[in-house]
Amino acid sequence: MQVFRVVAMTRTFADLHLRANPKDQQATQRLVGKAAQFGYSQISVPFTSRPNEEELAKLKAMCREASVDFVSRADFYPRSEAELTRFLRKFRRQFEVICISCDSKEVARQAAKDRRVDLLNFSSLDYHKRFFDRAEAELASGSLAALEFDIKPLLILEGPPRVRLLMSLSREVAVAKEFHVPIVVSSGVAEARLMRMPKDMASLAFLFGLDEASALDTVSSSPAAIVKRNREKLSSRFVAPGISVVKEGKGQ
Amino acid sequence: MKRVKRRYLALQVECEVLPTEREFIDAVWAAVTRLYGEVGASQTGLSLIDFDVERKVAVIRVSLATLNMVRAALATMTSVAGKEASLRVLSVSGTLKALYSGAK
Repeated sequence: MQVFRVVAMTRTFADLHLRANPKDQQATQRLVGKAAQFGYSQISVPFTSRPNEEELAKLKAMCREASVDFVSRADFYPRSEAELTRFLRKFRRQFEVICISCDSKEVARQAAKDRRVDLLNFSSLDYHKRFFDRAEAELASGSLAALEFDIKPLLILEGPPRVRLLMSLSREVAVAKEFHVPIVVSSGVAEARLMRMPKDMASLAFLFGLDEASALDTVSSSPAAIVKRNREKLSSRFVAPGISVVKEGKGQ
Repeated sequence: MKRVKRRYLALQVECEVLPTEREFIDAVWAAVTRLYGEVGASQTGLSLIDFDVERKVAVIRVSLATLNMVRAALATMTSVAGKEASLRVLSVSGTLKALYSGAK
C-alpha cells in the first residue's frame, strides 16, 4: 500500500478553544504539535483571569516553534450583568478574543448586545441553559458576536444527551442562519486524542444542519475574521473601524 | 437502474494497540449505527476495502450520497474494540486508482 500524506489546503484553519493547561508543559506541547500536524494555522488557549506573563511567553514560544499563530483568549463565566461589564472593562484590551459562557438569560442577553464580546458559548450538558433564541440572535447580529460550538461533547456524549444536544444545535444553527450570526466550531478539548482535523470538525457541523461550505467557514473564515478584526482594534495605530494611523508627523 | 456513485476514503487509525480488521470495521459500523440508527447505517453502503496494519491505514468505501454522514460518524469515534483510538480522513476519491496515485 502507498504512503498517504495530508494534502496542502488553500483555506487556513483555526481552533480557538484548546483547553491546554499552560502549567503542564508536556501536554500543552502535545496539543500544539498535534494542531500543527493537523493543519491549523491559528490556535487559542483560554485564560480565565489575568495570564501569567511567563506562561504566556512559553505558550507563544511553543506555538512559534510549531509554526502556529497563537491567539490570546479569555473565557468568562459571569453570574450577573454587572460582573460581565466589570470583566469586559478590565480584560477587553488584554486579550484578542473574549468568550462569554452564558449561565443565565440575563447574562446571555447582555453579552449578545455588548460589542466587546466576540464569542457566545452555552452549556452543552444542560439544554435548559442554551439561551440562543431569536431575540438573542438579533442582539448578537447587531454586535458582531459569534456563536461558538465545542465538538468535545459530541465526542464524549452518547444516547439521549447527545440527541438532545444535536437537537439544540440544529435549532440554534437555523436561528443563527436567519439572523446572519457567524458560527465558530472549536474543539474544546484538553487531550490530543480528542483533537480532530479541520475537515473532520467541519463534517461534524453537518450533523447540525450546515452545508459543506458553511461548515468549513466555521473552522476557517469565521474565527479568522474575529481575530483579524480584534488585532486591528488592539493595534496602537487603530483609531476607529476603517481608520488607522498611517504615518505620524514629528512634533514641533 | 441508476448506478450508485461511491467514494473511497483512506483513514489513518491513531491508537496505541492496533485493532484487527474485524474489530476496526465493527467499530466503524457501531459509530455509524449509534449516530444514524440501523436504517441510516444500511444506506451508507459501507465496506472495508483494505487494512494496512503496518501503516495503520484503512481504506473504506461508502456511497457518495452518505459521504458526509460517514465522515461525521468517523469523527465521533473515540475508541476501537474498547481501546482509545481516533480516525482521521487522509483522502477521499472516486476510484481506488486515484486514491492510491494521489498518495504518491
